[in-house]
Amino acid sequence: MVGTTTTAPAPAITVNVGGRSQRNVRTLPLIAPSVVVLFLWMIVPLAMTLWFSFQYYNLLDPSVGGFAGIENYTFLLTDPSLWTAMANTLFLVFWVLVITVGLGTLLAVLFDQEFYGRSIARLLAIAPFFVMPTVSALIWKNMLMHPVNGLFAFFARSLGLPAIDFFGNFPLTSVIIIVAWQWLPFALLILLTAIQSLDNEQKEAARMDGAGPFAMFFFIILPHLGRAISVVIMIETIFLLSVFAEIYVTTSGGPGLASTNLAFLIYLRALREYDVGGASAAGVIAVVLANIVAIFLVRSIAKNIAD
Amino acid sequence: MHPKTRSRLLMTLVGWIAAGLIFFPIFWMILTSFKPEVEAIATPPKLFFTPTLENYITVRERADYVHFALNSVIISVGATFLATLIAVPASYAMAFFPGRKTKDLLLWMLSTKMMPAVGVLIPIYLLFRDMGAIDTRWGLIVVYTLMNLPIVVWMLYTFFKEVPKDILEAGRMDGAKPKQEVWMLLMPLSLPGIASTALLSIILCWNEAFWSLNLTTSEAAPLTTFIASFSAPEGLFWAKLSAASTIAIAPILVFGWMSQRQLVRGLTFGAVK
Repeated sequence: MVGTTTTAPAPAITVNVGGRSQRNVRTLPLIAPSVVVLFLWMIVPLAMTLWFSFQYYNLLDPSVGGFAGIENYTFLLTDPSLWTAMANTLFLVFWVLVITVGLGTLLAVLFDQEFYGRSIARLLAIAPFFVMPTVSALIWKNMLMHPVNGLFAFFARSLGLPAIDFFGNFPLTSVIIIVAWQWLPFALLILLTAIQSLDNEQKEAARMDGAGPFAMFFFIILPHLGRAISVVIMIETIFLLSVFAEIYVTTSGGPGLASTNLAFLIYLRALREYDVGGASAAGVIAVVLANIVAIFLVRSIAKNIAD
Repeated sequence: MHPKTRSRLLMTLVGWIAAGLIFFPIFWMILTSFKPEVEAIATPPKLFFTPTLENYITVRERADYVHFALNSVIISVGATFLATLIAVPASYAMAFFPGRKTKDLLLWMLSTKMMPAVGVLIPIYLLFRDMGAIDTRWGLIVVYTLMNLPIVVWMLYTFFKEVPKDILEAGRMDGAKPKQEVWMLLMPLSLPGIASTALLSIILCWNEAFWSLNLTTSEAAPLTTFIASFSAPEGLFWAKLSAASTIAIAPILVFGWMSQRQLVRGLTFGAVK
């Protein structure tokens, strides 16, 4: 990783596991396999991506080749599709985060209340997280959002409204809805666990002091959730930056580039246009973008590791 | 009515409506899977109909469904087994013999998770092409093993940390070698932790779609790829798609429900308890 190495130095240099610990167990041979395979998995493809990004390289046309300098980058950076894809990526991440964290917090408070059949209701609410992305994309696309036979179209017509052509008119919004549905349970699960770890005595004390439900929420629960929310935001961001299957199955990035994010753009360049050089340059940009985020993530989690 | 009872009833109503809305797409899919094809796309949508198993039989009879399901099982279990095999010694060493750099090492492992897959798609694709690993089960097993290794190490590490050191020490006093210590003391003591780690890993492999869509076509394609093939040109067999989808997600849904508590720890690397 480019950026994270500043916070966590490369293991090859820093691991001090070669020596014998006080208990006479050699830890190096135990740890080495994990470190070696992960290091290779990280560094080899990354180095290759970096290398290709400075080459002319087309998978179909062997006559294209040679050193390209920064031309892949200049071409990419002056191509509006990169900026569209970048904007779409950030737009998607932002809105899914707003929806999942906002609704997730409310739902977590709700599912923390005691009610009949709570544990079953909770299981139903976290279910979408276990649905594979290709399945959820297809259900939403065909059975719910289909402009003719879909359930939403039926509801709209029953209310005397015109049916919405979700993927035709609001492709990115539709993808956001699907992705948010998938990630809402994740936020709910994490935030609910965090709420349940809240000290009951503290809640009682606040109640004794006359705190109503709103004061309770804003002054006791929300501050307590701070860490959990930051963890949710950071982990979701990492996954949301590279949303792929949902777009692949529903809109294929279209119409035009309306729902193409960085991940899908690279896929289009590399495996549909066979332009390895250009795709690699976009890949490097994606890695840099993720690293900027990762620095924050590593820092926030580092603080939270219990000894 | 007692106000407490009333508020509980209200909460029950609100809670179930919320859960119902979230679960609805899955419910609708399961319902559709039992409809005859004509009724599946009927408008207005049919809530009541004579259920049929026809779709499940059709999907099962298409031999390729079994083939894809088998790929999913082999690849998920294979990758999980490999990742656990590599991770157990490392987690054991880091949990019980931490050095000054153990924390840095753990964070570094985590940071490899943050590399976006798209950034390295091309090299992996080309390496796989040159090694003949495209569309092979072992190719995908290798990728998934590496993809999950950091999470598996982290989860095992947090579970191992909770095993009382005294027990292992007592074992050592009785002359247990490290290997015996791990096999006969640590593994049995942390079996629930290891099991839920494996479950999480299987869930992640089972649902992974980026690598499977890009690195497999038919031979080694798991269920994610199989289901995606339904998206191709207006393949509107909703009832059959629903039946296939239902079988595809059912085992993992049950797994997920079983391990939801541990899941939180695994997904947040122990930062939220």
